[in-house]
Amino acid sequence: MAEYSAFALLRNALSGNKDWKPAWRKPEPKASYDVIVIGGGGHGLSTAYYLAKEHGITNVAVLEKGWLGSGNVGRNTTAVRSNYLLPPNTRFYEHSMKLWENLSHDLNYNVMFSQRGCLNLAHSPAQLDDYARRGNSMRHQGVDAELMTPAEIKRLMPMIDVSDTARFPVYGGLMQPRAGTARHDAVAWGYARGADRRGVDIVENCEVTGFIRDGDKIVGVSTSRGEIRAKKVAVAVAGSTGRVMQLAGIDRLPIESHVLQAFVSESLKPVLDTVVTFGMGHFYISQSDKGGLVYGGDIDGYNSYAQRGNLPIVEDVMAEMLALFPSLASVRMLRSWGGVCDMSMDGSPIITKGPLPGMYLNCGWCYGGFKATPASGFCFAHTIARDEPHDLNAAFTLDRFHRGILIDEKGQGATPRLH
Amino acid sequence: MLITCPYCGPRDVSEFTYQGDGNRQRPAPNSQNLDAWNEYVYDRLNPAGDHNEIWQHSGGCRIHLRVVRNTLTHAVSSAVAVRGHHGGKP
Amino acid sequence: MSARRTEGGGRIDRARTIRFTFDGATYSGHPGDTLASALLANGVSLFGRSFKYHRPRGVLSAGVDEPNALVTVLRGQAREPNIPATIVEIHDGLVAESQNRFPSLAWDVSAVNQLAGPLISAGFYYKTFMGPVIGPLKGTRFWMVCERFIRRAAGLGRAGAVPDKARYERMNAFCDVLVVGAGPAGLTAAKAAAEKGARVVLADIEPRLGGSANWSGEVIDGKPAADWAAAAVNDLRAADNVRLLPRTTVWGYYDGNTLAALERVSDHKQHPAKGEPRHRTWTIRAKSVVLATGALERPLVFPGNDRPGVMLAGAAERYANEFGVLPGQKVAVFTNNDSAYRAAHALRQAGAAIAAIVDVRTDISADMLDFAGKAETEMLTGHAVVATEGGKALTGIKVQRFDAASGALSGEPRSIHADCLLMSGGWSPAIHLASQAGARAEWNEALQAFLPPKPNQKWTGAGAFTGAFSTTEAIEQGHAAGLTASGARSKHFDAPAVEAAPGAPGSEPVFEITAPGKSFVDFQHDVTADDVRLAHREGFVSVEHLKRYTTLGMATDQGKTSNVPGLAIMAAALGKEIPQVGTTRFRPPYAAVSLGSLAGERYGDLKPERLTPMHDWHLANGASMYSAGLWWRPQIYGHAGETVEQAYVRETKATRGSAGIVDVSTLGKIAVQGPDAAELLDRVYTNMFSTLAVGKARYGLMLREDGLAFDDGTTWRLGEQDFLMTTTTANAGKVMQHLEYFLEVIWPDLKVTVTSVTDQWAGAAIGGPKAREILASCVEGTAVDNATLPFMGIVHGEIAGVPVMICRLSFSGEMAFEVYCGADWGTHVWEALIEAGKPFDLVPYGLEALGTMRIEKGHVTGAEIDGRTTARDLHLDWMLSKKKPFIGSAMMDREGLIAADRLQLVGVVSLDNRPLNGGAHIVEQLDEKNPHGSIGHITACCYSPSLGKYIALALVEGGKARHGSRAFTSDPLRGRFGPVEIVSHHFFDPEGSRMHG
Repeated sequence: MAEYSAFALLRNALSGNKDWKPAWRKPEPKASYDVIVIGGGGHGLSTAYYLAKEHGITNVAVLEKGWLGSGNVGRNTTAVRSNYLLPPNTRFYEHSMKLWENLSHDLNYNVMFSQRGCLNLAHSPAQLDDYARRGNSMRHQGVDAELMTPAEIKRLMPMIDVSDTARFPVYGGLMQPRAGTARHDAVAWGYARGADRRGVDIVENCEVTGFIRDGDKIVGVSTSRGEIRAKKVAVAVAGSTGRVMQLAGIDRLPIESHVLQAFVSESLKPVLDTVVTFGMGHFYISQSDKGGLVYGGDIDGYNSYAQRGNLPIVEDVMAEMLALFPSLASVRMLRSWGGVCDMSMDGSPIITKGPLPGMYLNCGWCYGGFKATPASGFCFAHTIARDEPHDLNAAFTLDRFHRGILIDEKGQGATPRLH
Repeated sequence: MLITCPYCGPRDVSEFTYQGDGNRQRPAPNSQNLDAWNEYVYDRLNPAGDHNEIWQHSGGCRIHLRVVRNTLTHAVSSAVAVRGHHGGKP
Repeated sequence: MSARRTEGGGRIDRARTIRFTFDGATYSGHPGDTLASALLANGVSLFGRSFKYHRPRGVLSAGVDEPNALVTVLRGQAREPNIPATIVEIHDGLVAESQNRFPSLAWDVSAVNQLAGPLISAGFYYKTFMGPVIGPLKGTRFWMVCERFIRRAAGLGRAGAVPDKARYERMNAFCDVLVVGAGPAGLTAAKAAAEKGARVVLADIEPRLGGSANWSGEVIDGKPAADWAAAAVNDLRAADNVRLLPRTTVWGYYDGNTLAALERVSDHKQHPAKGEPRHRTWTIRAKSVVLATGALERPLVFPGNDRPGVMLAGAAERYANEFGVLPGQKVAVFTNNDSAYRAAHALRQAGAAIAAIVDVRTDISADMLDFAGKAETEMLTGHAVVATEGGKALTGIKVQRFDAASGALSGEPRSIHADCLLMSGGWSPAIHLASQAGARAEWNEALQAFLPPKPNQKWTGAGAFTGAFSTTEAIEQGHAAGLTASGARSKHFDAPAVEAAPGAPGSEPVFEITAPGKSFVDFQHDVTADDVRLAHREGFVSVEHLKRYTTLGMATDQGKTSNVPGLAIMAAALGKEIPQVGTTRFRPPYAAVSLGSLAGERYGDLKPERLTPMHDWHLANGASMYSAGLWWRPQIYGHAGETVEQAYVRETKATRGSAGIVDVSTLGKIAVQGPDAAELLDRVYTNMFSTLAVGKARYGLMLREDGLAFDDGTTWRLGEQDFLMTTTTANAGKVMQHLEYFLEVIWPDLKVTVTSVTDQWAGAAIGGPKAREILASCVEGTAVDNATLPFMGIVHGEIAGVPVMICRLSFSGEMAFEVYCGADWGTHVWEALIEAGKPFDLVPYGLEALGTMRIEKGHVTGAEIDGRTTARDLHLDWMLSKKKPFIGSAMMDREGLIAADRLQLVGVVSLDNRPLNGGAHIVEQLDEKNPHGSIGHITACCYSPSLGKYIALALVEGGKARHGSRAFTSDPLRGRFGPVEIVSHHFFDPEGSRMHG
């Protein structure tokens, strides 16, 4: 397949764009593979890509029940950051950040990762100290972080109210300059194309309906397109983890599925250059290259697989948005949608071998799976290929909950709706 | 989404707080069975379809409800007070 | 194009003239005009520029489906960008401007983008801009340089920079029947339901109710349809069980038959009434809904179909009949169905010449031929438009012979002069709300349209929404739907007679004329038929991939006109049927909704402010207030010229030297009462409370179920079965919920009630060596000496005539007392205490001094009980009773929670005599350039006047084992590095001799 480049664009433009080839093949599934990855979302596709690229395992199928990227990689608010407090998270997301920084080159696909910064606003001195703790934690692990003063913040985004009279005054903020946004669909497509070029079969419209066992061991899956066997079966279906694992007879996990809504405004000329979060509630926003403000807030707060939310959260999110940016009251919301999140019991993910022999599990991404896409695939591929975790995901075990070795960024305990 | 509180009638979901999987069994207070405790605290049923849930009418009468709700359609098929002596009705 | 006002007719008020400005020029129109109709009437043809190619664009439609004619409406400095001119009602003083053009609408430099057309086809940006792999532009740099230009070029309107001064408001409505759409179907449904006594809400997106009756030119019940509709509206207005909501977009269909609507209350007024909101958001909970939302006309896809002057046929008919505007003088028509013939006829009657009717079909009914005859026009059957001519306005079209079955063109192209081209590619029912409600749409081959799914919420459809395109059917369905929705049985219905133009529903399955040139599918986003085929070629064939790869349907109109043509072109490329390609799920909102309306009453007032009873006193006495959650609390009572540190040091010294007083009303307070109250407390606290004597208080610690520390506070035993629990300010709500959960769900057998009384009590803590003397001088009815009021004792008395409850407990480490009284008497009692304190130099102190004294004492707060620490981490293991189980007892000793490397509470002393910072980390080896090796962090810090040093509390690996050892504070964020000593967290009076007196 031809490389993508400015030259290729020009050459094809001159020939009427008739010579472009499919970004990935549409193969029929084979009877068996070395590895089956269930889930053609960001994490499943990046897992397949790194299995091929880092471990030379190319006899791999990615099975997607619908269209590729139809899960959360195609319905998130696109922020990429590694501004975490707890070292296991900081290290993992920073590795992801480093992969992001070279991802377009690596994939020969412009995923439009733009390092426009991510700013967490603090609304009390205590909150600023709390953010400083996190920023210093980042700095002690080699991750970029800076504190910003209200005046610097005002210069960065003139429409914000930093006056003393604001209901929630801005005392400062924690900035990660290397954070940013990426084009979410392109990440799925880029990984799909990259994996496909290395020989991975990406099989869309192929729903897993059961697991094939040999004794205890998982040796394949039955699907809407027939039985497919594999030495190893990897599950990367965040948002549907409960449903897929139930097919393997596991109906209790440290996970609740919740619906998270996201919103986009109509296209505007540039008004906001960075990703910003509001500290007196839960609100995050950035502006896409097309000009739409892309933003979101809390999960709806109840179990759901419906990919549709309800009105109270819509109103909460808009109210928080306008508390921060009152000049946007006459801007209009264009579209809202819902995605289903795996909310884990400590707010951190699970990337592990097991829980059944022959099986590997990647889930529990809560709000934050998109930015993890490269490192998640990288670590999951390592875990699958080597049958042991990479150092970076060694902490993300399934048994950490029972053992009390929690990675609880928000300190909320086993109440998923609060993470 | 509306939930019908046995005391207050049909009320908007925004008045309620979700308290999660209603199938969980808390071990006896003096139980030393750590596995049972761990399962109770961390492991949840997460079905696609009808789910037994606990909700609190926190923005209303503050009672806790046992709710059967479909996680695919959000349709609520039953909501009764948790406390046994209400017999499901106020 | 040479549009003009017609001689007569239309539903505008020609007697009155309105003046408004567009792009700085003044125009006039009439009440009843939209900005689009008024500008058309003034001969304006150029309304906007497209998103990518900046092509000149006119008006495509007459409603909310408009993709081209977007404007910014200005209200003072507030800007409302991206509003379709087709939905803006003009009023005197209206100011609107065009967007996405520089320097002007007519001369836009970015129109040069058109030259790069093939280079910037769908998805081009994924294939380039990656930049070099090495050098200064490696990584993301090159892309970010390119992106800066892309961002500037992209976007449509400009948002305002100053806060919008408008008011927004929210309303809840409950009704038996909500009818969405007030065309003939909706009006009839509302009437039928209302007559059965149902409470009805009838909402319509337009200012003028009546829908198609306002422009169909039909006759209903012997009256012009518009008059019939007006009469029906009057009847409904007179009924007291009907609420009419014009200018109201029902935009969301949520669970439980909850619908969201936006009412544009005063956008159409030059001077809104005092206090009148601009927008009102309605949350409508309807027992049943009638969806009568009509249908949207589809454009045809052919080269040059975006030129100003090319318009949907139904829109042109509406401009002529409803607004009295002729969109052109010499009009051509291009259609694949019968509906455009009626439009041609209407325009002819309004005074236009019809140059030709170009129909892709060859088998035309006699009725239609008759129509064409009446329109005095040339019929070109089996023909198609293959090009349009003109620059910023249409001057003519080219037509060619066309075979609808194969799509093949033949013969020589022929030019026809026309200044306006009406097109009709068939009609799509507006099924958006039904789709939002949860089910998949179904394709109807005969009608060439997606029809609404089977309801999975309580709604009934009526009229064009269901694919019933005739007014007769609409009225019959509306009546039936109204009855069904109101729970009545269907009876015989004498439907009013309708005299309508003939015409069969459905359309020829022709969506695109494939000929050289740019044929637009999504007008606003400049997605062409070739872009759709490119997506197919590259494998983006699923409908969602098509949308995401080409951006088809993602513009401000959300694909209302482009969705089906796009699917059809993809289906053709795949050799599949349209339903096999599928349709995307419609998402809220149906049409864009102002953010202000969604914030509603919370716009400008996000969350309530919580003020203590003594708030005004604090302000009057020089307190700087500090936002703590929702509360405002005094930070310091600063004197002129004092820094914060000077102020809190003074307050601390004064307290430790004599006495200080602090407002503690924000503490959570919960009345725990009942026969099993003590038993409940034994279960929720780690320590015993059943052994607590009446009239005594005890400090308690709660764990979460998972064994981690949750909250702490003192609980006072006021009676055998009566306790007053206090919680931290931040956790008051959570603790309350925690208790309620356990009482109802886990231990329903316990006879206890819990009641939040936070707001019922005002509290003041008065501490210091003179505190007891001060109290003794103002408390009546009780002694406060050591025997009557020992440490942790409680007495009742009066201060300044007000009953008070006093508990001797200490957070500051001093001899201290918490004085509680009824909230309404808070200031009264506070002032009495201040007065009594004057001889003793009593000072009020704020949170900074409070924090300083607690740090000196090593007491923990939320900074240390942060949801990740255990009782042992905080050296509170002495509080873990071994005599009884309690919440968290079974899980608190799991391996992760007792690991040796956990962070534990310590004290830290600055060795360089410089301030420490909260959130700074602690390291063993200092490396300012490359900080690493954090062993913990500072949770709280202050200057300790008692020690004369800068000190802090910290959570550090190893904890106690490090006491006496050197380390460094490492705070790269604030550039503060320096040596510290790790010590016990009990800095000051560790034996407690001061508070025990």
